[in-house]
Amino acid sequence: MATPTWNNPIVKWIDYRLPVFSFMHHELVDYPTPRNLNYWWNFGSLAGIVLVIMIATGIWLAMHYMPHVDYAFDSVERIMRDVNYGWLLRYVHMNGGSMFFIVVYIHVFRGLYYGSYKNPREILWIMGVFILLAMMATAFMGYVLPWGQMSFWAATVITSLFSAVPLVGDAIVSWLWGGFAVDNPTLNRFFSLHYLLPFIIFALVFVHLWALHVHKSSNPLGIDMKGPQDSIPFHPYYTIKDTFGLGVLMVIWMFFVFFAPNFFLEPDNYIEANPLVTPAHIVPEWYLMPFYAILRAITFDIWFIPAKLIGVVAMFASILILLFLPWLDTSKVRSAKFRPIYKQFFWIFFVDCLILGWIGANPPDALFMDTVPLLIIGQIGTAYYFLHFVLVFPLLGWLERPRMVPESISAAVVAAEPPAPGSV
Amino acid sequence: MRRLFALATVLALSVASAGAASAAVGLKPEARDWSFDGVTGTYDRNALRRGLQVYLEVCASCHSLNLVAYRHLGGVGFSAEEIKAIAAEFEVEDGPNEEGEMFTRPARATDPFPQPFANDQEARAANSGALPPDLSVINKARKGGANYMYALLTGYREEAPQGFEMMEGMSYNDYFPGHQIAMPPPLVEDGVEYADGTKASVEQMSADVTIFLEWAGEPGMEDRKRLGIKVLLFLLVLTAMLFALKRKIWADLH
Repeated sequence: MATPTWNNPIVKWIDYRLPVFSFMHHELVDYPTPRNLNYWWNFGSLAGIVLVIMIATGIWLAMHYMPHVDYAFDSVERIMRDVNYGWLLRYVHMNGGSMFFIVVYIHVFRGLYYGSYKNPREILWIMGVFILLAMMATAFMGYVLPWGQMSFWAATVITSLFSAVPLVGDAIVSWLWGGFAVDNPTLNRFFSLHYLLPFIIFALVFVHLWALHVHKSSNPLGIDMKGPQDSIPFHPYYTIKDTFGLGVLMVIWMFFVFFAPNFFLEPDNYIEANPLVTPAHIVPEWYLMPFYAILRAITFDIWFIPAKLIGVVAMFASILILLFLPWLDTSKVRSAKFRPIYKQFFWIFFVDCLILGWIGANPPDALFMDTVPLLIIGQIGTAYYFLHFVLVFPLLGWLERPRMVPESISAAVVAAEPPAPGSV
Repeated sequence: MRRLFALATVLALSVASAGAASAAVGLKPEARDWSFDGVTGTYDRNALRRGLQVYLEVCASCHSLNLVAYRHLGGVGFSAEEIKAIAAEFEVEDGPNEEGEMFTRPARATDPFPQPFANDQEARAANSGALPPDLSVINKARKGGANYMYALLTGYREEAPQGFEMMEGMSYNDYFPGHQIAMPPPLVEDGVEYADGTKASVEQMSADVTIFLEWAGEPGMEDRKRLGIKVLLFLLVLTAMLFALKRKIWADLH
């Protein structure tokens, strides 16, 4: 992995003064990557590409969008009707939000399954949690911009949560709104922040990658690379694999853009915002529903603490608890492949998240099979969500007997594959 | 793990189908075959013209169509001359002129469709308190879309079911959430005389105006789908080639 010698005189001149070419060669071409990464490792680079596409389409949309309560809704429709390929920009951006979360959630669950957050990748993981938080804030504010009914009422519901803060709650809410209700100042600042945050995400992604490139990728076996026999250069092996993955994502994404563009959207958001009419069911976008379910699960005061405050704290805690995962998980073995019990609990947790998402999408007073109130299911789901972190993770590390972990990546790969040449 | 996963899928599916029924919801509209369905769907031009006629002669007396201008009617299949002629039948307010006066003139192709009421208050006053919604994106703004629109227009009953309390001036509709709708049945047999001689039954007019409103909400749908087929074919071929390339590059690893 020596620094390459450059033959092109211009490249040589630049690289001597600012070694960008050597840097890129080192980090993107020679960069040693475990040879056994499976397709679940595609989603990190996919998320990065989706971010770039979102920023690009967003900048062009911002050229035509008007952040004013009287014009926002119509300006979005003007983009759809009168701007050349405006409908394409908007539908790519709108569905891109959902694609971004699908990709990132798979990326996070991959990390959970293979223990990617463990020593020495704790900071890498923590940066990822910050990215997830920033994404949620960005997505929420972006959802407000078209100024439809769900935009307005989602903004009202979510900003009002801060009124649960003791003593200064109402003051905080007025400060967030820039007035006494969600109105023009709110829309203006959401637009400003929706434009700003993606660049902060971009910076966080850079730090995320920096930390990644120090100790390199984890892998399905969860054991460290011990020498050159365990790794392959990033290019061409993972550049082509990631490009193929991008092709698959594009097929799915563009299918929605061209043939089911409003699939992920609530019909109510095609009704212009009206502060005097509350929609029957206020629901967030699908990717926030599990957290919405956790928020609504807390319906009881604890001593003098009001239910609303506990709900808000629980909702934020459900994401922030991920920050502590590297220390809550006491198992020394990274990959669930060698953790028979954890593997089961991983899927229970996955199903729990799906159930919470479904609860978040439905009114809490509805009944499941005409008997069980959804609220109860949401409360059980919420309880399990937190127990999974504070009980299952620490206990399993102590109680579970992991299977034998292989000696090295190359040993495992050679043992697992038939010797016939040319097989993939 | 696999068993758990299967269990999860079954659970998720059964849960999703259970749904949450509530009294405030109307009947579920029946799914109909529309010409604009599917990846190659297009708008039926004759139905669009008839639907425009229904909108202009019936709906437009109460409902605005703010996002549609006469120039957009090219998408319905009208020529520039025809559009000019249609626009010229309407008077719009313009101005101020050099004397500072507002004046009226015949509408031009670039004008948006005129609004039936000067403001929301006037609209409410003329409709016993109810505000007729703008119809520009109405199909996209309702669960069920075109199916709901058609079901609503054909779903009126002369009498509410026995025991159902009706408020003064409301009509009973099977599909409207809560069943009480402020809009009286808008379409009556032969309510319009179709230029192409089609029999103007309530069902026919409902279908035509639903198609027209679908177009008003997504005038670029045909372009979108045409481009989409090309884009997806390109992506599928490209992705298949990338997969082959990936296999070839990785083949020397063993």
